[in-house]
Amino acid sequence: MFYREAGQFKTSYKSDQALFPILQDRIGMIAILLIAFVLVPAFANDFFLTSIMIPFLVFSLAAIGLNVLTGYCGQLSLGTGAFMGVGAYAAYKLTSIFPDANVIVMVLVSGVFSAAIGAVFGLPSLRIKGLYLAVTTLAAQFFLEWCFIRIPWLYNYNASGAIEVPHREMLGVVITGAEATPIARYFAVLSITALIAYLMANVLRGRFGRSWMMIRDMDIAAELMGIRPLRTKLMAFAVSSYICGVAGAMMVFFWLSAAEPSSFNIRLSFQILFMVILGGLGSLGGAFMGAAFIWILPVFLKFIPGIMGFNVAAETVQHATFMIVGALIIFFLIAEPHGFARLWQIAKQKLRVWPFPY
Amino acid sequence: MLYDIFIDPFVQMYQMPDFFLQVLWEGFVAGILYALIALGFVLIFKASGVFNFAQGIMVVFAALTLVGLHENGVPAFLALILTIAVMGVLAYGVERVVMRPLVNQPDIILLMATIGLTYFLVGFGEFVFGGEPKRMITEELGLPTGSTAFEMGERGLVILQHIDIAAAVIAVIMVTALGIFFNKTRIGRALRAVADDHQAALSVGISLNQIWAIVWFAAGLVALATGIMWGARSDVSFALEIVAFKALPVLILGGFTSIPGAIVGGLIIGFGEKIGELYWGGLVGGGIESWLAYIIALVFLLFRPQGLFGERIIERI
Repeated sequence: MFYREAGQFKTSYKSDQALFPILQDRIGMIAILLIAFVLVPAFANDFFLTSIMIPFLVFSLAAIGLNVLTGYCGQLSLGTGAFMGVGAYAAYKLTSIFPDANVIVMVLVSGVFSAAIGAVFGLPSLRIKGLYLAVTTLAAQFFLEWCFIRIPWLYNYNASGAIEVPHREMLGVVITGAEATPIARYFAVLSITALIAYLMANVLRGRFGRSWMMIRDMDIAAELMGIRPLRTKLMAFAVSSYICGVAGAMMVFFWLSAAEPSSFNIRLSFQILFMVILGGLGSLGGAFMGAAFIWILPVFLKFIPGIMGFNVAAETVQHATFMIVGALIIFFLIAEPHGFARLWQIAKQKLRVWPFPY
Repeated sequence: MLYDIFIDPFVQMYQMPDFFLQVLWEGFVAGILYALIALGFVLIFKASGVFNFAQGIMVVFAALTLVGLHENGVPAFLALILTIAVMGVLAYGVERVVMRPLVNQPDIILLMATIGLTYFLVGFGEFVFGGEPKRMITEELGLPTGSTAFEMGERGLVILQHIDIAAAVIAVIMVTALGIFFNKTRIGRALRAVADDHQAALSVGISLNQIWAIVWFAAGLVALATGIMWGARSDVSFALEIVAFKALPVLILGGFTSIPGAIVGGLIIGFGEKIGELYWGGLVGGGIESWLAYIIALVFLLFRPQGLFGERIIERI
């Protein structure tokens, strides 16, 4: 009833190629953006911003990055955490070498380093496929993690071995470092995430996105049709690592404010992979839904015993959270292996034909 | 610099043969244990095409159950039997709850399901037995402890831990038993049939569910043996999880479907890692053990993408 595109005719190429050709989608998008840019900052408290919204947006961006590689190009990767780390360390080095430059620009530039390293580790993808490739991306994970520990130049020879985000301002507002307000950080994260999501939505509909999907669906057939596999796969690795790198830089600069090498360990890689799989492989909206589920659920679970009046030790809650998350992952894989994005599609289809079942 | 890389390590190997032999032995033992973990992976991959990421955590879980039961007053051998029973229940549960509903899903979904299982087992194990490291009950199980030193004339001595020798012997027994099981028994033949083609196996009356439960149980037993051996060398804790990640390069070296591949791959990784760490690691600041195995496997894969003993996959459009 509410979601029906009957009567919405496209009369120009421009409207046919629009990002959201259906009126209801456009309204929904504007509503989401309004909520994100106006309502959330207006009403949310600091806790909600710093421990739910900022990490959620950071992880969404990382999930988009991994989705480009795994969901759209079909190359399974377990090294996401390390590529995020490359972005974070690159941003840290850049902003300590150029202290006067705009920190947002530095965050965006740091992804370039991540992209270069991602492309190098993507080289074996030409010969190795599927699960074998997944194991080789673990090489990147462990090697880069080792680099973060063993190369003191990366963390400016700190005694602690960790990176600490310096105080940086933009237009007179402090946006990084300990004094930055959650609102300022939230706006920085939200703007970058929205910008990259918008750009990717267009890239993925275009020439690159389509050649990635061809490689994913059947690489040999794609090659016969004139897609160059090496170039296309490396492009996917580079773009994916760029986005992950930016997400990693944001994670350190706008959320954690300090990070150790162990922040980028394999747990992080798995977390991002879960977001992509549960959200739906090959869907941008799914990346957001998956990130919301994986990040917000444990935060939520942490507070349930308190709300219900039980007094449970923090450790027990943590163990229970592990169990519940594991069980829910298995449950969702069984119930809907194509992820939340697929559920969303089904819901839209139901609305389209409502009140009839078919 | 070049001297340090290409000549000095070999000079050291020649001048201190006792140290070199000791390193070789360490590598051998580590390799055997990696191979045992990889064996669990291979068993499950062969029979169901599932890349069982949870194998590493099953190792920890088995060892933890054994030690935890003993701590609660169960005698050692009864605890061993109970742990075997627990692994059986786990195998059945996994088959029933996780694998059966996911038949025919793509590889990546099955892989994710086993990662979900990993999370669940981590939480469950810590929930029941607590998260702090525990000591493996080596003596109570009648396994040898202590060590023997072998003199090598005037050139020093090599120390062998008895538990390592036991680990090697048990590994050999286990591989032989699995080999016989796979090749000579009725269930073994059924397993190979299932590995070849699920549908064809079903149509000649082999019960897929039963086979999967058996395979997961066998993998659980391998996990238990590995857990005991590894736990005897260090404490039993979830830090052992890292060891499972070492089994992955072993797997891609040997090929996902080959039992001999797992053994040979394990030995190559074990030797390569220890020798690399002790003779070349110092040049780049040490700690290269964490990734050397992966780099060895990666370089190797570039020349032989299907692994040492893996089957070449023929692709058609």
